[in-house]
Amino acid sequence: MDLKFILESILFSAQKPLSVKEIRDVLANAAEQDDADATVKALKKTKEDDVTAALEQLAAEHEAAQRSYRLVCVAGSWQFVTQPEFAPWLKALVGVKARPPRLSQPALETLAIIAYRQPITRAEVEQIRGVNVDGTMQTLTERGLVESVGRAEVVGRPMTYGTTALFLDYFGLRGLEDLPAADELRKIVVEKPPAPLTADPGLATAPPEQLALQNEEKTSTPDQQEPTR
Amino acid sequence: MAEYKVKFEVFEGPLDLLLYLIKKEEVDIYEVNLTKLATQFIEYIETMRLLDLEIAGEFLVMASTLMYIKSRELLPVEQQVQVEGDDEGEDPRWELIRQLVEYKKFKDAASKLQSLEIARENTFPRLPIKPDFEAERPAAKPEVSIFDLLNAVNTVLQRFTKRDDPRDIFEDKWTVSEKIELVMKALTERGRVTFSELFAQAASRSEVVCTFLALLELIRLKQLVCIQPEPFAEIEVTRNVGQASSLSPSEPVATEPSELGSNPVAPESAPTQETAAASTQETGENPA
Repeated sequence: MDLKFILESILFSAQKPLSVKEIRDVLANAAEQDDADATVKALKKTKEDDVTAALEQLAAEHEAAQRSYRLVCVAGSWQFVTQPEFAPWLKALVGVKARPPRLSQPALETLAIIAYRQPITRAEVEQIRGVNVDGTMQTLTERGLVESVGRAEVVGRPMTYGTTALFLDYFGLRGLEDLPAADELRKIVVEKPPAPLTADPGLATAPPEQLALQNEEKTSTPDQQEPTR
Repeated sequence: MAEYKVKFEVFEGPLDLLLYLIKKEEVDIYEVNLTKLATQFIEYIETMRLLDLEIAGEFLVMASTLMYIKSRELLPVEQQVQVEGDDEGEDPRWELIRQLVEYKKFKDAASKLQSLEIARENTFPRLPIKPDFEAERPAAKPEVSIFDLLNAVNTVLQRFTKRDDPRDIFEDKWTVSEKIELVMKALTERGRVTFSELFAQAASRSEVVCTFLALLELIRLKQLVCIQPEPFAEIEVTRNVGQASSLSPSEPVATEPSELGSNPVAPESAPTQETAAASTQETGENPA
């Protein structure tokens, strides 16, 4: 029997999202039963990595099959969820989910900065956003999406903030590495451009690589006029 | 009156406003004409002032930065002041653009988070209810009613009704308060006592009644609870863990019907309903 199908059956009937460790415990407990046969016993000491690999494979297969549901890992725990496009019918079936109101634009921006740059001090967040963030920070902390994680080793030892497990759960993320465009945003190392900026008013030199914006549809003008002969 | 057109968006801050102005110009952030931007920014602040909107301090700081950049541009390169003296002095334009780009990226990230938020709202987990394979059992009946207790004590009293042969009349040795102490002692030692165990040592009807009254009194004071783990199982007596300490000191510890004699506490408060019920039942068939 394939491990992934065993895991599928476990997750199919699980009452809550299961972490890889919990799944391993199920495998171990099954092997402890009196009537456990060789197949069951063989899986007693399955490694967590193997479980993860099997789950990932299973998730990929579900994705490829384009079913109405998929296997996801949220904040480290695996579960089956429906695809978002089926929400109209499911809302009619089970009612609208009890969820706190959606986050405001300032809250989302602040949260994004904290998520990508954690641990980060409040002053650093304010520097990026250019505005005071006291109110939004308080909202985020109260909603349990952000928490203080320590103190920065700078003058005054200000508190540093990071996101919580609830944050991952709220956005359906597996982990922080699952954040969209994580590598790009985590650290934008800003270096001065090698050549001094032009004195020409308002014309900055070409940006260094790491600051390049991926240009959505660049207004292409001259290329389209192909030289006709 | 001149055409008065106001399209007002809510900006999160000066950077947000700058990004909006750049977007309106339809140019790349790196190619934006900062001088022009400065003018627009200040115009915008003027509008805010006209509309009597409170202008946050951050906007004014940004306006001054822009003015500084603009004034700097007016000078020929060789006359431009290097702020910090050495070449490390940041070009204010570059610093501003860097800040704008960084902010723009996080703004984009925020909108991605928002779409994740909505997607999450629209996904429904499969959470089956726990399959119940056990046979449907009648709901456990943890709390025992006064009638259950009366039935139980009647069963105990049956032991004495058959004994009709003549015997000595002895003084009742027991008081309710003594029995209360005994019951509590038994419970502290063993944690849980069955109903019949409480009466196993009883030698007379009056002793049974005394113990029973002690039991009722303790229940009234919420010191212990009687539970029946299963239907028809024997009633068990345990301490009321949740409220064991809630016994208020002003509460009279034991109220004792006077007919049982040797009453150390004056029964100033009327006996409770339970004790009253029990004692009426008792007086009807007291052999003494």
